[in-house]
Amino acid sequence: MTRRKKVPAMTAPAAQTTKNGEAWEGFKGGLWRDAIDVRDFIQQNYTPYEGGDEFLAGPTPRTTAVWKAVTDTFPEERAKGVLDVAYDIPSTITAHAPGYIDRDKDLIVGLQTDAPLKRAIMPNGGWRMVAGALETYGYPVSEELEKVFTQYRKTHNAGVFDAYTPEIRAARKAGVVTGLPDAYGRGRIIGDYRRVALYGVDRLIAVKKEEKEELNSLSASPRPLEETIRLREELAEQIRALAELKAMAASYGHDISGPARTGREAIQWLYFAYLAAVKEQNGAAMSLGRTSTFVDVYLQRDIEAGLLTEERAQELVDDFIIKLRIVRFLRTPEYDELFSGDPTWVTESIAGMGEDGRPLVTRTSFRYLQTLYNLGPAPEPNMTVFWSPRLPQGFKEFCARVSIDTSSVQYESDELMRPRFGDDTAIACCVSAMPVGKQMQYFGARVNLAKTLLYAINGGRDEKSGAQVGPASGAITSEVLDYDEVMAKFDTQLEWLADTYVHALNVIHYMHDKYAYERIEMALHDRDVRRTMACGIAGLSVAADSLAAIKYARVTAHRDGTGLVTDYTVEGEYPAYGNNDDRVDSIAVRLVEEFMRKVRRHPTYRGAEHTQSVLTITSNVVYGKKTGNTPDGRRAGEPFSPGANPMNGRDTHGYVTSALSVAKLPYEEAEDGISLTNTVTPDGLGRTPEERIKNLAGVLDGYMASDGFHMNVNVLDREVLRDAMEHPENHPQLTIRVSGYAVNFVRLTRDQQLDVLNRTFHGSL
Amino acid sequence: MTVLLPLPTTPAAAATHRPSEGSVHSWDLSTGVDGPGTRFVTFLSGCPLTCLYCHNPDTWRMRAGKRTSADEVIAEARKYTRFIAASGGGATVSGGEPLLQPVFAGELLHRLKHELALHTALDTSGFLGARATDALLRDVDLVLLDIKSWDRETYRKVTGRPLQPTLDFARRLADLGKEVHLRFVLVPGLTDARENVEGVAAFAAGLGNVARVDVLPFHKLGEGKWEVLGKEFALHDTPSPTAEQLARARAVFEARGLIAV
Repeated sequence: MTRRKKVPAMTAPAAQTTKNGEAWEGFKGGLWRDAIDVRDFIQQNYTPYEGGDEFLAGPTPRTTAVWKAVTDTFPEERAKGVLDVAYDIPSTITAHAPGYIDRDKDLIVGLQTDAPLKRAIMPNGGWRMVAGALETYGYPVSEELEKVFTQYRKTHNAGVFDAYTPEIRAARKAGVVTGLPDAYGRGRIIGDYRRVALYGVDRLIAVKKEEKEELNSLSASPRPLEETIRLREELAEQIRALAELKAMAASYGHDISGPARTGREAIQWLYFAYLAAVKEQNGAAMSLGRTSTFVDVYLQRDIEAGLLTEERAQELVDDFIIKLRIVRFLRTPEYDELFSGDPTWVTESIAGMGEDGRPLVTRTSFRYLQTLYNLGPAPEPNMTVFWSPRLPQGFKEFCARVSIDTSSVQYESDELMRPRFGDDTAIACCVSAMPVGKQMQYFGARVNLAKTLLYAINGGRDEKSGAQVGPASGAITSEVLDYDEVMAKFDTQLEWLADTYVHALNVIHYMHDKYAYERIEMALHDRDVRRTMACGIAGLSVAADSLAAIKYARVTAHRDGTGLVTDYTVEGEYPAYGNNDDRVDSIAVRLVEEFMRKVRRHPTYRGAEHTQSVLTITSNVVYGKKTGNTPDGRRAGEPFSPGANPMNGRDTHGYVTSALSVAKLPYEEAEDGISLTNTVTPDGLGRTPEERIKNLAGVLDGYMASDGFHMNVNVLDREVLRDAMEHPENHPQLTIRVSGYAVNFVRLTRDQQLDVLNRTFHGSL
Repeated sequence: MTVLLPLPTTPAAAATHRPSEGSVHSWDLSTGVDGPGTRFVTFLSGCPLTCLYCHNPDTWRMRAGKRTSADEVIAEARKYTRFIAASGGGATVSGGEPLLQPVFAGELLHRLKHELALHTALDTSGFLGARATDALLRDVDLVLLDIKSWDRETYRKVTGRPLQPTLDFARRLADLGKEVHLRFVLVPGLTDARENVEGVAAFAAGLGNVARVDVLPFHKLGEGKWEVLGKEFALHDTPSPTAEQLARARAVFEARGLIAV
C-alpha cells in the first residue's frame, strides 16, 4: 500500500507464477486463470450486496482538498475554453512526462499530460481539427508538425476525403447525413481495462504474441489474405502499445507487468490502462466499461483482511473518479456546439443482474454512485445503471435518491441487454451495448429522417439550398399532401440515404483502422471481435408527426418560385407521437424498422453487423437548425426533440404516457440503443422525499417492464435552470441529463440552454 | 393538464353493447400526486363548487367535457396495467367533481377495479357524497377527500357551497371503514387561521380512517386558465404559504396523532 513505491522497471515473465500466487491469493475458480476471462473471475469471486446505503462513507479532508484544487480552476477553463494545451507534442501513450494534481495527495496517479486539464493534441485523426483548435484558443501551430501531418504522415481525415464520393460530400454538406466521425476520432471502443489489473501487462503481451503466431500461415487461414495481414499488423501494434503502457506506468513509479495485488493497485492498474487510451485517442466517446463490481472483489478482499476501512475504500474510489472527471480533449468550438459542453463519455456501467440470477450489485456499485455526493454532481463519468425490476430494493432506492438529488444517472434495461449480450456488457457512449473486450463498434453518427422526408416531398432537392442532393425522383405537385404518395417517395429517398450513408461509414472506418487505429483499446480485446456498424437516425418524432399530420389532418404545401416546397399549413388535429396512441406510434415503429431493413442491404467494411440507434446526443439543436419547415407544423430551425423523445409539448398526458410511446420502438431493430430523456419536477414524483424515491424506482421498474430501453432522469425545477442561465457562477456543478449523457448546464451554449428549458417539464399540475 | 387529443375510439367494443357515457375533461398518468404511486387519472367534467383557488377551472362545466364511453376510458387505462403492475399505483377518478356523474364514475371504478385489477381511488370534495352508492364505494380502495375548511363561513367563501355534506360523507366513510387521505389546501389569509386548521384536524382525528393528511400549499400555476376562461382570479395577490406556515399547519395535524405530509 505504499505510495510511489520504487520497483524494478521490468519483471521477467519467469517470475510471474509466484507473483500471480501472491496477487491472486484467496481468489476462487480456475477458468479465468488459464485464459483471459474477466467475467469468469468476477462470477467466481464477487460478493453481491443486497442492503442499503447506510454503510457508505463521506469524503475525507484529503478528497475534498484535492477536488477543490481541481474545481478552483474550472471557472478559468470555462472562460477560456481550455485551461492549457500541450500544443507541440503529438500525444502517444508515453509522450508526456508524469503529471499530478497534488503529488503528495494523489492516491491514484496519472494524467493525460504533465498537468491537470492540460489538453493534448492527437493529430492522427486529422491535422485540420488540431490546427483549428490551436488557432481558436490562441496557441502556436508548429510548422514542423504541420509538415509531418500533411506531407509525411497521412491522417484519418485525409484518407477519408480521398475516398469520399461527390454524392457523400453533398449529403454531408446538406446535413442529411450528419456528425460523421470523419474529422474526429470515432471512439465508442471500450478496452477491457480490467484485464491489466487482473493479469498484468506481461501476460497480456504473451497472449497477444500467441494470437499473432497462430496467423503465421497465410495458406492455412480461413480469412482472406488481406484480413490476415491486417490483423498481424494490428496485433504487432497492440503488443507495442502494451509495452508502452507498461513504460508509462513505470514513469509514475508503478510496475504493472504483473497482476495487481491490492484494491488500490487494481484501481491504479485499471486506470493506467484507461489513461493510455485517452492519451492516444481523441474518441468521441471514451467509455470505461463495467468496472465497479470487478474492483469490489479487490476492495472486499482488502477489507476482509483488515487492510482497508470503508472510509479508505471510498477515498480510493473518489480519487479514481476525480481522475475520470478531468479527462479532456482538444476540440473545436463547432464540435462542442454539436456535442455540447465538451463531453468525453467516460461511461461506467453499474449493476444489472447476472445470468445465474444473482444481482451484480456490490458495495462498490454504491461507492461509485456515492461520489456524486462526495464530490458533488458531475456529467462525467457517465454513470449508467443497468436496471432490472429484480435488482435489490436497497440499491434501487439509492439510485432513485441519487437521481433526485443530482440528475446525474442514466438507466438502461438490463432485461433487454442481458439476453442478447450477456452479463458482462457495458455501454459505450450513451446507449450502445457491447460485451466488454469481445465486441466493438464502428460508430456512424446518424442521418436526419425529418430532412429526408422533405426531400421526398421535393424530389430530392434540399429545402434550404434548393440543390439536388437526393435522387431526382419527381417532386410532389399536389397542393394537399397525400399520405400514400408521400410514403412512396419517402421510400425512394430512404433507399438512397441508406446506400449513401453505409458507403460513407465504410470509407470512414477503413481509414480509421488504417490511420488512427486504437492500439491499446484493441490490445484489451479478444483477437476475433464482433464488429457492428452502428448507424443511427435523428428526427424520428418530427418525421412521425409529420406523416401523422399528412394522414390524419390536412396538410397543404406552399411552394416558392422554383416549385420548392418551403412551408406547410396544417388544418385539423392529428395524433402526436408521445401519447401512447398507436395511430402515430406505429408510424414511428415502421420508420425504425424500415430504415434498419434498408441499411442491412448494404455490405459493410470487415463484415460488421448492421445496427442503428435512435439517439441525437444534443445535436438535436443543430439538426433542427439545418432543417426547414416540416409538415407537423414545426418551424424551420426549431430544435428536434432529443433522441427518441416526442416533440416538446406534444406529449400531453404526462411522462409515463410519453415514455410508453418510446417503449414501442423495437430494440431488436435498434440494437445500438433508443434514448429517452425525462425531466420531471420534484413535485411530479410525490410529496415527501421517501415517496419520491419509491415512486421513481417504481417508474423505472414500470418502464423496463414495458420494454423501455433507456431513460435519462432529470429531477429539476425550471427556476433553478433559469437562475443558472443568469448566474452561472452560482451553479458550477449543475448537471443535467440530455440524450444519453450528462452535461454541465453552465457549459451549454445559450441556444442549448433554452432548448433544455423549453423542453417538456413534467410537473404535477 | 389540458388535452389536445381525442380519446381513441373502440368501435368493436361499442358495437356489442351500449355503454354508459360520461363527460370527460382529460386523462393523465401522474406519479405521487393523485394517490399512491403512478396512476391512470380520469378527470371528469363538471363541478358544483367554484373554489377560489381552483387550478382547473376548465373542468367546472360538465358540458365543456368530451362525451366519452366507459369502454373508451377502460381501453385507454388498459394500456397502462402492465406498467402499473410493475411500478405500483393504480387508477384515480377525479374531476371536476366525479360524483356529479355518479353512474358513470361508478362504472369506471367498478371496471378499473374488477376488469383491470387496479387499486382505485376516488378524488372528491365530498359535497355530493350522498350520491355515492354503497355499491360505488365498494369499488373504491381509497378516497382522497378534500376538506377545504372547518369554519363554515370560510368554506362557503372558498367554495360557494355549504360544508355539512362533506362532513356527513366523511363520517359515512368512517363507518364503512374506508381508507381516506384527507386533503387540505393551505391558503394564507383564507384557510390558515389556527382555529380553522385545528377544527379540521380534530374532526379528522376523530374519524379513525384517515391514513394521512396532505397539507397542500396554495399555488397560482392555474391562474392562466382563469384568464383564458375570462374569469377573475380573486387570489391574484395572495402569496403561496411559506415552508414555515406549512410546517406549522402539519404540526397541528400531527399533534392529533395524524400523519401529515
